[in-house]
Amino acid sequence: MPDDTFSLILFSGTDDKLHAGAVMAVGAAAMGRPVNIFLQYWALDAFRDDRVHKDHGVAPEAGDDGARAVIDQQATTHWIELFEQAKDIGEVTINACAESMELLGITPEDLHPAVDGVWGVARFFMEAGDGATFI
Amino acid sequence: MATTEITRSIDARGMACPGPLMALIGAIRTGQVGDVYEVLSSDEGSKTDIPAWVAKAQHELLEVVPEDGFARFVIRKVR
Repeated sequence: MPDDTFSLILFSGTDDKLHAGAVMAVGAAAMGRPVNIFLQYWALDAFRDDRVHKDHGVAPEAGDDGARAVIDQQATTHWIELFEQAKDIGEVTINACAESMELLGITPEDLHPAVDGVWGVARFFMEAGDGATFI
Repeated sequence: MATTEITRSIDARGMACPGPLMALIGAIRTGQVGDVYEVLSSDEGSKTDIPAWVAKAQHELLEVVPEDGFARFVIRKVR
């Protein structure tokens, strides 16, 4: 049987990119695909429990109108809610990159409850199947 | 032509993708086999996503009716 796991590496910590990643996770979960999410660098930083709801800004190309649109979008449905919905409807795991944890001085207790654990890169690839998407 | 009795109507107009689909999934999960759901959605993505999900989840898409500024989807829970 082919491995239809959707593997998603979240690197960027801006609200637009986290939201886009969350939408992809929800879609894959809805379509019955296992979802394997790995948090690195600024995406991991955004998953700190006390920082999830702060304004994480947007990608540089957003411009003022784009930034406003994302702020409104987050007020309606925040990206963390989408990740929680994905976990609720499907087989979705979210793991933090051990190297990024160390780099940023983050401990497991600092992370939002949606994060399942801390993995090394090899562990992520053990579950990654044929490919991975990087945002 | 509305010959099927709607068990539950979900007005998801104004919700952004994937909101309407998530509302449908949530409703179907808590419902009974044979229930019929109506989803009203103004999200363009719903036009492809609701039929795709219904097929994948093996439910039955009874109707897709374009209305003014939104679409009406009627789905029967099969399993």
